[in-house]
Amino acid sequence: MIDTKTLDELREIAGRYPQARSGLLPMLHLLQSVQGHVSSEGIAACADILELTTAEVTGVATFYTMYHSEPQGQHHIGVCINPGCAILGGDAVYAAVSERLGIDHDEVTADGKFSLERIECQAACTHAPAMTVNWEFMDLVTPESAVSTIDKLANGETVESTRGPVVGTWRDTARVLAGFDDGKTDEGVAADELMLAGLKRAKELGMTAPNMTNGASHAEAGQ
Amino acid sequence: MGQTSGLTPVLTAHWDEPDSYKIEGYRRHGGYDAVAKAFAMGPDSVISLVKDSGLRGRGGAGFPTGLKWSFVPQNDGKPHYLVINADESEPGACKDIPLMMANPHSLIEGIIITAFAIRANHAFIYLRGEVPHVYRRISNAVREAYAAGVLGKNIAGSGFDLDVVVHAGAGAYICGEETALLDSLEGRRGQPRLKPPFPAVAGLYASPTVVNNVETIANIPSIINGGVDWFRSFGTEKSPGFKLFAVSGHVNRPGIYEAPLGITMRELLEHAGGVRNGHKVKFWLPGGSSVPMLIEEHLDLPLTYEAMAEAGTMLGTGTPMVFDETTSVVRAVTGWLKFYKHESCGKCTPCREGTWFITDLLTRFEAGTGKVEQLDTLNQLCGQIMGRSFCALGDAAATPFPAAMKYFRDEFIAGTETAADFMFDPQKSMMLPVVTR
Ligand SMILES: Cc1cc2nc3c(=O)[nH]c(=O)nc-3n(C[C@H](O)[C@H](O)[C@H](O)COP(=O)(O)O)c2cc1C
Ligand code: SF4
Ligand code: FES
Repeated sequence: MIDTKTLDELREIAGRYPQARSGLLPMLHLLQSVQGHVSSEGIAACADILELTTAEVTGVATFYTMYHSEPQGQHHIGVCINPGCAILGGDAVYAAVSERLGIDHDEVTADGKFSLERIECQAACTHAPAMTVNWEFMDLVTPESAVSTIDKLANGETVESTRGPVVGTWRDTARVLAGFDDGKTDEGVAADELMLAGLKRAKELGMTAPNMTNGASHAEAGQ
Repeated sequence: MGQTSGLTPVLTAHWDEPDSYKIEGYRRHGGYDAVAKAFAMGPDSVISLVKDSGLRGRGGAGFPTGLKWSFVPQNDGKPHYLVINADESEPGACKDIPLMMANPHSLIEGIIITAFAIRANHAFIYLRGEVPHVYRRISNAVREAYAAGVLGKNIAGSGFDLDVVVHAGAGAYICGEETALLDSLEGRRGQPRLKPPFPAVAGLYASPTVVNNVETIANIPSIINGGVDWFRSFGTEKSPGFKLFAVSGHVNRPGIYEAPLGITMRELLEHAGGVRNGHKVKFWLPGGSSVPMLIEEHLDLPLTYEAMAEAGTMLGTGTPMVFDETTSVVRAVTGWLKFYKHESCGKCTPCREGTWFITDLLTRFEAGTGKVEQLDTLNQLCGQIMGRSFCALGDAAATPFPAAMKYFRDEFIAGTETAADFMFDPQKSMMLPVVTR
């Protein structure tokens, strides 16, 4: 059963848009946060609210890789295997994580604690090899550091994202993506060292952008 | 023309301040001043200014931004929409995500000015779903902007209303293609639409819609503040302005480097600490896996739309990936094709079937079991996909193999006898960071 709070929130999401159907993707994220997957009753609830057929909603739910029809692990681990990461060590990280968890791509551990996914480019190539825990960035991993992160999660210890908050559960993340704030905006850095690499170098060399008022270039400075 | 080899932090200038992502941090350096200026200019003058600035879209294709805005019909009685493409999923592209994490207000301010110019009262930020922390930062920025009165009804007493909705996708590279994005934003499967009609005429909800990249729109406030001459003091005639270059791969200091368009890859590499010690460049891609690769002899070309086109490639997303001599080009190309195969939306036959055939054959060369005549088959397959697919994803999938063959034919020939992993020990191309946690 989808409870009334969830039904209300589903309607609230649909109400954010000029046309209600636009809310479908975040509505499916919300369902995953409540049920741990997209269930057939969840699909029926969306269809009912949006005045669509269940076939139409199913067609959407099955198109996108972030939606799962089977329950996922409490923690969803992603390892980027796109060449930018794979070549720099991502393949080795994936192998180590898969061995540690005893599962392969798109599988869930028997105790329901972890699911694993070979993910494509996470827009973190500068931070390769990249891993995610419940889609929070775990940048610059090694096979050892990745396994140690999993050990900590397995022991219920606190794990901090490299560029984000203390990680919650996969369902917590799904709720954020549905548009319900969890108050963690200020956790993690504004920008990390790699995001600041160019700014730091420019400062060291005394390079700045041309001044807006006179158009004079200061970029030569220090060369 | 402005000189080109220096770094020029504009969008990144204050990222080292701990509150760079907050409205106070943004306002401290003149944030939201451009909104009042734009309101005073009026919509048509804003469009002209952006046209004159020569700003080109930073999403990959480099289409002139002001020109795109001018295609939106006026006084047509329909609602207009602005949609920000924040789907950044192109392999190698990693500049919009950091920008939204560290400086989301530059995007929000750009959205206000753009929506005012194209007479839209509703804007959407379509963010890929796999980045919750970016979702938090951008949503927080939107909330702060409402609280400060720069979003909502009658902004700063101008009579202009604007609502912004942050929307999370759910894992589909194809939703970065602008018409697939619109279908997805309408709550459908993300599959491309036939063009024309272009979104400027019939986009979201069949209404006039501008779709622009995050970095494109984040440029707008500084163009309003600095003016055309200032903006054109960076870059070249055909590629004016500055760019967030995200340098990744086998380099000593990967990261974000903001510089004028026209900087060379050799200069950028120097800023990024050079190729990792003891190694040299084997191949590099100027902007994502969808653009043809280049080699060492191209390092001195300026990174502009025109120079990259002349060299037979594209600037793309302007996020260079560098691979050194330990890397198997066969392994890299096979990996990218697996990606396109996985991300093909299945709507059209050349791409849906072709990506499977190409990947299947490439996998054999990677395993050392290819046959020489299959190289011709691969060329034919790519030729049949290129230009014959419904959208540019098909073209992108047909790009890596012919580009790699141009420079590394021998490596594919070797793939008829020797596995890629045997020729190039994967251990040697690993660049594992010392950071542990
Ligand atoms: C398969 C595919 C994926 C794309 N992904 C993105 C993307 O993630 N972000 C983006 O801005 N443009 C992407 N584009 C380009 C968009 O279709 C569009 O050209 C762009 O958003 C226009 O913005 P601009 O003019 O500001 O560059 C993609 C195109 C294709 C064919
Ligand atoms: S080219 Fe590929 S991604 Fe584009 S419409 Fe055809 S099948 Fe879909
Ligand atoms: S290739 Fe792994 S994050 Fe881009």
